[in-house]
Amino acid sequence: MADVVNIYVPSDTTARSVGADAVADAVSRAAAERGVAATLVRNGSRGLYWLEPMLEVVVGGVRHAYGPITVGDVRSLFEANFLTGGAHEKALGPTEKIAYLAQQSRLTFARVGIADPLSLEDYRAQRGYRGLEAALELSGQAIVDAVKESGLRGRGGAGFPTGIKWQTVLDAAGGQKYVVCNADEGDSGTFADRMLMESDPFVLIEGMTIAGLAVGATRGYVYLRAEYPLAIETMRSAIDRAQRAGFLGDDVRGSGRAFQLEVREAAGAYICGEETSLLESLEGKRGMVRYRPPLPAVKGLFGAPTIVNNVTTLASVPVIFEKGPEFYRDYGSGRSRGTLTVQLAGNIKRGGLVEVGFGLSLRRLLEDFGGGTFSGRPIRAVQAGGPLGAYVHPSQFDTALDYEAFAAIGAMIGHGGLVVFDDTVDMAQQARFAMEFCAIESCGKCTPCRIGAVRGVEVIDKILNGMDEKANLELLEDLCGTMVDGSLCALGGMAPFPVLSVLNHFPEDLRAR
Amino acid sequence: MSESAEEQQATAARKIASAHVGTPGGLLPVLHEIQDRFGFISDSAVGAVAAELNVSRAEVHGVLTFYHLFRRSPPGKRTIYLCRAEACQAMGARELERHVKDKLAIDFHETTQDRRFSLEPIYCLGNCACSPAIMIDNAVHGRVTTSRFDELLNDG
Repeated sequence: MADVVNIYVPSDTTARSVGADAVADAVSRAAAERGVAATLVRNGSRGLYWLEPMLEVVVGGVRHAYGPITVGDVRSLFEANFLTGGAHEKALGPTEKIAYLAQQSRLTFARVGIADPLSLEDYRAQRGYRGLEAALELSGQAIVDAVKESGLRGRGGAGFPTGIKWQTVLDAAGGQKYVVCNADEGDSGTFADRMLMESDPFVLIEGMTIAGLAVGATRGYVYLRAEYPLAIETMRSAIDRAQRAGFLGDDVRGSGRAFQLEVREAAGAYICGEETSLLESLEGKRGMVRYRPPLPAVKGLFGAPTIVNNVTTLASVPVIFEKGPEFYRDYGSGRSRGTLTVQLAGNIKRGGLVEVGFGLSLRRLLEDFGGGTFSGRPIRAVQAGGPLGAYVHPSQFDTALDYEAFAAIGAMIGHGGLVVFDDTVDMAQQARFAMEFCAIESCGKCTPCRIGAVRGVEVIDKILNGMDEKANLELLEDLCGTMVDGSLCALGGMAPFPVLSVLNHFPEDLRAR
Repeated sequence: MSESAEEQQATAARKIASAHVGTPGGLLPVLHEIQDRFGFISDSAVGAVAAELNVSRAEVHGVLTFYHLFRRSPPGKRTIYLCRAEACQAMGARELERHVKDKLAIDFHETTQDRRFSLEPIYCLGNCACSPAIMIDNAVHGRVTTSRFDELLNDG
């Protein structure tokens, strides 16, 4: 009898959204019909999304990929003996040699897409939980020092040094402290958090556990958006398994230290990605932004000192302890250390997840990785950093991916999403949408955001309708200034950035029609 | 909704809420659980939850109406969430939105007359490398052209 072989068919949301479940069924049926002894493994996705559904088989100890596969391709794959690496028009060769993947530095996403996301055995076989084992030997202060030394900065968007935030929580007086993971990934063009939670949930659990040990927090929450049903299910299931294996609970790995973790489902409010609003929501209230100070690190969840970090920030912590802070810090450029998970999205030929050290130019990402637009037309604009990020003009594409370099051109890296638009885009509509979105999602606490966004839409409509164009353009700019300077949080404070970028770089579109 | 259905939801809501009396910040989990069971949250449930958690009805109402994904009225058999955010816009979401509204003959937040479909806007499903995206109940679909949308309707 032949050896049983594994056939990997991805199971993350995007792979499924383009038919991975139907392909998996077809593969199972075809294998059974042919009497092939094969095990179907539903791994996470590698994030080469334009190739999904991307099947993999192991040939001579090396993973080989085929994609994108439709149900109609399955028969011919078997006929081509793909289980032994047979030639086929959809053959991509050894997975790790695909240029898109080979040119990345996958640290945080090292395990993503390789194995069954919910197999704790696979996670440990791939060096999982080594970071926690190392951290369990250290004092809280030593853990915080290592994070500081790694240079890790918050990946949610603000880029605040993680170690300094943790130090504040460690130093804060108080009995109960909390670790909160912000998994309310609401920015359009971003999916790194979702991918990580669906494809390697244990790394987030491990990172949060280390955070808990660092500051003496015994309880953690993952605030996860309701728009991600599969991520919710995967995280809950992974937490349950970690708990049963003694990696969570009252006595983490026999250390005598407790860390309890729970997923809390959000309910579709973009503002709850703002950390103080998120904390209000976790407390069971309307997600109204809080004034600060006090910072959440001092007075956060239920008034207690709280670490609030993004998914990819917390998931970057285990590798720092597994391989050492200097290993992590050696990636990157300037004050932006380590790697960034860029997400290529929108009208892009090769959309997907690209984890690279900071410092690569935007052009290399869009052209070398992305391959230009999906439509084949020229790129006209790229919105970087989500709905509150500027539209970057092609003349700025040589900017290096680096927090400071982006800030210098009035743009932001944010959570690493790049949304590409071709030359059919109407930039006036994009500017209008920025204001419309802000109006829909405003929590309503401060006037510049609540009223300003509504007025913003009206003023843009007046301009497009040819009503006092010049005066209204001035008014729009003035309104943007008021919102930027006067809003309580980043929603109202940054929603004008895409609008201003249109005014500055695409003024020809913001005219009477 | 008949009176007995109202009562039924109130009874269930009371039970769900009482199980969460000790849960810190438990109001959102309670509302989710009610909506998962009934598809929406009725007035009777609001009263029951308020009584059980010892907060005012206004407080429950305030939380309920703050969040886009909580419903106050029964949805159709299936709910279609159409992504309106930028990555999907870059791939034709505005055209898709017009097509979907025409095809179903409803606007956002409405339900078809035969009660088969409700239509809701959504701002990002995290499927931005394969835009435009929609979610039907819990299943996300990528690269949804107008013809693909029509097929998906017929499948359901």
